[in-house]
Amino acid sequence: MTNQTRRGFLLSGGAVLGASALPFLKALPAQAASGDVIVAVMGQTINSLDLHRSGTNRPSYQVAVNVYDRLVSFGTKETPDGGLSYDYSVIEPEVAESWEITDTEMIFKLKPEGKFQDGSPITAADVKWSFDRAVSLGGFPAVQMKAGSLESPDQFVAVDDLTFKIKMLRPSKLTLPDLAVPVPMIINSKVALANATDDDPWATEYLHTTPAGSGAFKVAQWKPGEQLVYERNEGYTSGPVPAIKRVVLREVPSPATRRALLERGDVNLSFNMPNKDAKELSDMDGVTIQTTPIENAIYCLNPNLSFEPFKDKRVRQAIAWSVPYQEVFETAAYGRGKPMWGGESTTPSDIAWPQPFPYSTDLDKAKALLEEAGYGAGFEVPLSISLGQADWMEPVALLVQENLAKIGITAVIDKVPGANWRTASLVEKRLPLHLETFGGWLNYPCYYFFWAYLEGHLFNSSNYRNEEIETLTAETLHMPVDDPEYAPKIKRMIEIAWDEVPRIALWQPALNVGMHDVKDFEYWFHRQLDIRNLKGV
Amino acid sequence: MSGRLKSIGLRVLQAVPVVIGVVVVSFVLTRALPGDPAVYFAGAAADEQSIQQIREALGLDKSLLQQFLIYVGDLLHGDFGQSIMTGQPVADDLIRKLPASLELTLLALCMSCGLAVPLGIMAARNPGSLQDHLCRMVVTAGVSLPTFFTGVLLIYVFYYLLGWAPSPLGRLDFIYIEPDTVTGFYLIDSAIIGDWEVFFGALKQLALPAITLALFTMAPIARMTRAAMLSVLSSDFIRTARAAGLTERKVLYGYALRNALLPVVTTLGMVFSFTLGANVLVEKVFAWPGIGSYAVEALVASDYAAVQGFVLSMALLFVALNLIIDISYSLIDPRIGFEAR
Repeated sequence: MTNQTRRGFLLSGGAVLGASALPFLKALPAQAASGDVIVAVMGQTINSLDLHRSGTNRPSYQVAVNVYDRLVSFGTKETPDGGLSYDYSVIEPEVAESWEITDTEMIFKLKPEGKFQDGSPITAADVKWSFDRAVSLGGFPAVQMKAGSLESPDQFVAVDDLTFKIKMLRPSKLTLPDLAVPVPMIINSKVALANATDDDPWATEYLHTTPAGSGAFKVAQWKPGEQLVYERNEGYTSGPVPAIKRVVLREVPSPATRRALLERGDVNLSFNMPNKDAKELSDMDGVTIQTTPIENAIYCLNPNLSFEPFKDKRVRQAIAWSVPYQEVFETAAYGRGKPMWGGESTTPSDIAWPQPFPYSTDLDKAKALLEEAGYGAGFEVPLSISLGQADWMEPVALLVQENLAKIGITAVIDKVPGANWRTASLVEKRLPLHLETFGGWLNYPCYYFFWAYLEGHLFNSSNYRNEEIETLTAETLHMPVDDPEYAPKIKRMIEIAWDEVPRIALWQPALNVGMHDVKDFEYWFHRQLDIRNLKGV
Repeated sequence: MSGRLKSIGLRVLQAVPVVIGVVVVSFVLTRALPGDPAVYFAGAAADEQSIQQIREALGLDKSLLQQFLIYVGDLLHGDFGQSIMTGQPVADDLIRKLPASLELTLLALCMSCGLAVPLGIMAARNPGSLQDHLCRMVVTAGVSLPTFFTGVLLIYVFYYLLGWAPSPLGRLDFIYIEPDTVTGFYLIDSAIIGDWEVFFGALKQLALPAITLALFTMAPIARMTRAAMLSVLSSDFIRTARAAGLTERKVLYGYALRNALLPVVTTLGMVFSFTLGANVLVEKVFAWPGIGSYAVEALVASDYAAVQGFVLSMALLFVALNLIIDISYSLIDPRIGFEAR
């Protein structure tokens, strides 16, 4: 024992003391299929451990999911292909034990045994502080809270240690589900406040690198740009303690490398695989690919109404009839996802959203419509794509361009740098014909319409306005789904959206996750890696 | 010797205006980039108000001059600012990522020189021979294959098919403890504490990316060695040396190579600088946490502080590099006085 190497010490120490005594993972084999440890890879990078901080990117939201809890959560259901998915229709307790909802307020009773990871109890004051923070720091969290009619700190009241009250601005079906999205996470306010300064009253600097939550996992190590190591919270109180002890999440930018790692079995899980790899690996032994269509999301081709010819709905319909849907789906999506074309009727039979639009590829019909609209001679239009999403936008644009040429429209492909894309397409809404990808977290058609069809709203990059849709969306947005008026109104909205096609649906995208010696990956609407349910095989 | 120290000091002083220029230019250029970081970082669903909040938080609502003065003031305190993309202080990012890139590049260049210089000499000794053509073929093949292609190919063969190489997961497999940071070079740091297991672990990870880069950088070095050796070998003093009956070895390495080294060292400096920048693709393929991919991502995200920090550190690095090259000139060829210019 005298001249041990450091590694030798940690190996033996790890065996004797139990791995939890280590500061973090140091001595584990790369082939982690021991059932206790999972090695996962993803292409993106986590840039903060605090979702509320400005500048925190999407991939970082998984930390909020795995390390923090919310008052409530969604249930779990099985998808048709045997995978797991969150269940939008079921709201389950997380930090809250029970709740009562009236038209004016929501009252939550917290679990009395609820503990943060440092062992201190979860109180209503923590919830109030966290909610205040979510609406006060601005940026995306504030916007998302607002979607659930949660706008001001005055709405949140800590009645006593275990009772938390939300004063509602309006009765809305969106409020409760909005409490289960990653944003209203519950932070240990005692720890946060101890590290807050006058310049930084919400402790953004501290929580940025040091989470203080009650979630199922702790962050054992974070090396920005390289890896994040999660370690199970043995004293988890908001749900069952996870089956997996540790998850090592490595950032590997190259998809080819991620694929090789998964194929070789050196990693257990590859998150958000490219469609091509998912398709090619789906028959491979030992690798399970779970492909889940992303709810409430559509990849669209948007004709902008500020461009003269597109003011005429017949021209927009002509474009919709000209898209080579099947080729687009095969080439750009490798057939992963759901077709959103070829609907049978021009009036929807139910309120499922998204559902196939009543268009398919019919160039004669497209030509006739153009003729009718007085554009028989065709016109020239730039077709804009984002270089940041070139993987699917470029093949789509090329195929669409080819077919538009056949009906006399000359489309010139305009490549916009990723950093400018949002400003050009969503803020200035100045791209005459472009591709767009909105997906709503809250899974209601009215919520999709709110963002994507109302004039001036962010994702309505087509500058579309229709009086009837404006009215109907406002009426249905907060209306309960079981209201008898809800379904007819939604159907009418879908019918208009189909007829006027300011957004031409191409397909519903899917999230691919490749697994090797792990099971029970659960899909969530936020499309980030939720590790709480994972199990070794 | 004090003369040399003095002139080194002089050279360092001469670098000051260059660095000031770089500070100004990098500041202006990043602002001239299209794209608005506030919009980018506010996220997809942000509204006008939240974008404005972020703009204020980032200090982007101030005038350019004010922003510049704040930036320079911070720089003077050694503060490179905060990267919005990684959420870390830029200085920390650079300290972590620069050694990773330098270690890879230096090792690759050592390998590259070790192969390319003998190849070049061999080719120059017998121009037009089989060896010459072989050398030309090897280096042309090396430079014509893009690094990401060579990288993926090497991974496919040595990791995927043969299983000889470790998983391409960055600088160190996670079964090893990373050595305490002294230089930031894992090879050196692990050697210092005598932890040879980690040393070989790091070396294994380095092997494939370094070979990839080495293949790519062999061409200019080999070609330059060949050309320089050819011209030196045909010069009068070599003929004299040969006539005097010196051994071929003495002629080649004692006289010819030493005289041919100057252009090779110059090329090496240039190759080093472009390799450090061109690393990006290799870094992506091998998940290497290096400076190249950091800079590219910062550019894409309009992350001003990170881009400026990168440009500035590169500028400082090149000033140092040029200084080293100039000093090595005078060591290689005493006729080139460091002072006399």
